[in-house]
Amino acid sequence: MSRSTPLGRVVRAILLVLVGLFFLFPILWVFLMSFQTNEQILRIPPSLFFVPTLSNYVAIISGRFETTAGTLELPFMHNLWNSLVLSVCSVGLSLLLGIPAAYAFARFKFRLGENIAFTLLSFRFAPALLVLLPLSLYFQEIGLSDTYTGLVWVYQLITLPLILWIVRGYFEDISPDIEHAYRIDGHSWLATFLKIAIPLARPGIAAAALLAFIFAWNNFIFALILGSSSIQPVTVGALAFVTASGIQYGQIAAAVVFSVLPTLLLALYAQRYLVEGLSLGAVKG
Amino acid sequence: MSFLVIDGVSRRFGKLEVLRDAALSVERGETIAIFGPSGAGKTVLLRLIAGIVAADAGDIRIAGESVVGLGPEARDVGMAFQNFALYPHWPAFENIASPLRGRGMVEADIKQKVQQVAELLRIAHVLHHLPKQLSNGQKQRTALARSLVRGPQVLLLDDPLRNVDAKLRYEMRLELPRLLRQFESTVLYVTQDYKEAMALGDRVGVLQGRCFQQVDRPAAIYNDPRTVEIARQFGDPAINLYPCRPVPGASGAGVEIFGVRVAVPDRLAAMVDRPCLLGIRPEDVRVELTAGPGAFPVELDAVTPLNVRTALFLRSPDRQEILATCSESEGTRFGRGHRPVFARLDAGKILWFDQATGERLRPAA
Repeated sequence: MSRSTPLGRVVRAILLVLVGLFFLFPILWVFLMSFQTNEQILRIPPSLFFVPTLSNYVAIISGRFETTAGTLELPFMHNLWNSLVLSVCSVGLSLLLGIPAAYAFARFKFRLGENIAFTLLSFRFAPALLVLLPLSLYFQEIGLSDTYTGLVWVYQLITLPLILWIVRGYFEDISPDIEHAYRIDGHSWLATFLKIAIPLARPGIAAAALLAFIFAWNNFIFALILGSSSIQPVTVGALAFVTASGIQYGQIAAAVVFSVLPTLLLALYAQRYLVEGLSLGAVKG
Repeated sequence: MSFLVIDGVSRRFGKLEVLRDAALSVERGETIAIFGPSGAGKTVLLRLIAGIVAADAGDIRIAGESVVGLGPEARDVGMAFQNFALYPHWPAFENIASPLRGRGMVEADIKQKVQQVAELLRIAHVLHHLPKQLSNGQKQRTALARSLVRGPQVLLLDDPLRNVDAKLRYEMRLELPRLLRQFESTVLYVTQDYKEAMALGDRVGVLQGRCFQQVDRPAAIYNDPRTVEIARQFGDPAINLYPCRPVPGASGAGVEIFGVRVAVPDRLAAMVDRPCLLGIRPEDVRVELTAGPGAFPVELDAVTPLNVRTALFLRSPDRQEILATCSESEGTRFGRGHRPVFARLDAGKILWFDQATGERLRPAA
């Protein structure tokens, strides 16, 4: 760190506030909108001063929306639950499949290994819509459309390559000698994998899981086409706020606040794993 | 029958052939220092014995049983890695305890064993530290403790002093032989430092060109090297080498070098008229100020004091340590150490100090 003068510190603080405002402003604005009625939001010029109302949150939680055209039933909390189920299950399954696969790709050279790994990555290149058309036909045929199982399966296209490739890099960074030493100590390869490789790759696993969770949470197109309202996540559910009697901005804002919360909390929680530099000092470089 | 037998072992990595038909027999309790240039396959050999790498061909037997095909966990070996390879997420205690846990030892015994080996290696006070909190020397001792704690039948040490500073390396070089004797293991010690090899090995194995060139006692490697490469690598400053061509003469074959005729031993008569190398160790070149029989005139360009001597570690009857050195050639008389000898202090060379002030007491002028 260079020594800073008082002036330098002030300038830096101002710049930091500016950058922070720039990035946080949309979130702040949505947060404020969620406490306003549609009329307050749409007035011109907009104002920062208003009498806050909880009506948006009440509507979201109760699932009953009063519009000029009458009462509308919208199961938004159910959408939130769907999002949670889909994201957690997808990431869980991807971790279960991806970590051993990543370890295998990192440690063993086998025939076509590199090709298989790259094929898995290439799933990320394919435009989702291209995949979806045939997939929706197949899913209807085998009865997987409109099921959690079907969606979690398709979500693997998003989460599995991510976890596989990030975690593989972390496994490759662990000195194989650490694992060899553990084997020589008299432990099986499975014990070595569980007690040495996974704990040492934990920061990478946490980062990959978090990223995969966010990607799964934000996914829109798979659920839109392959699921009906009973299993649709918040991203698709929010479409319903565009009603015949206009767009319900206040309720959308409240819905956004709800849907951002889980990822935000998870990110805050996982942060300490992300910065955990465990491998440092283990091996002389 | 030797305790550890490496029998015609070969291994290649892709196009690179690292070992070809390498063979070595080690007796129980013996320490073999494996010396060779980097890339000679020393580390690969240790890994083959540990079971980390599989051999393409050949057999490895420990105590008469072939271990080919057995996983590392099924072979009774301990290994210290050049890069330490400590478990970074566990404190030193757990690192050292790992081989004991691997064999299902009960907790109380583990505690006692770890404490014991830690005290021997003087790391008992840092057992609760994580590897990253340890100094390099402590890491190296922890790695050594981990390989020793179970008292394995075969101990593989892969250049364990490579990554520690010179002072510590010197200390450990003195300490290791005693330590290894206590554990009664059969030891393979890999090093790139010929002095380390000579200091630690009961025998030295020179690994070069994919197989062992010579396996012999350190003094024999030095005095009776099998190849010019070995002669060149053992000795600092290096041996003098001069190309020459023996010619027959009236009093037998000889070479003419520096204007002096040097007789060639009779057993080398077959080499007459064929190109040879004459090698002479620096300590065997006698330098005088005046001419004498067989001497030839040379120019003295530089004098560089090296103070390279053989170090001897003595212990008085009242258990005090005495450090002595002698010239390398004299040192060979003492063999590998551990025997009663007699020491004499050269009274004229003693330096006297005042214990209270630490000042040198100079003889009155």
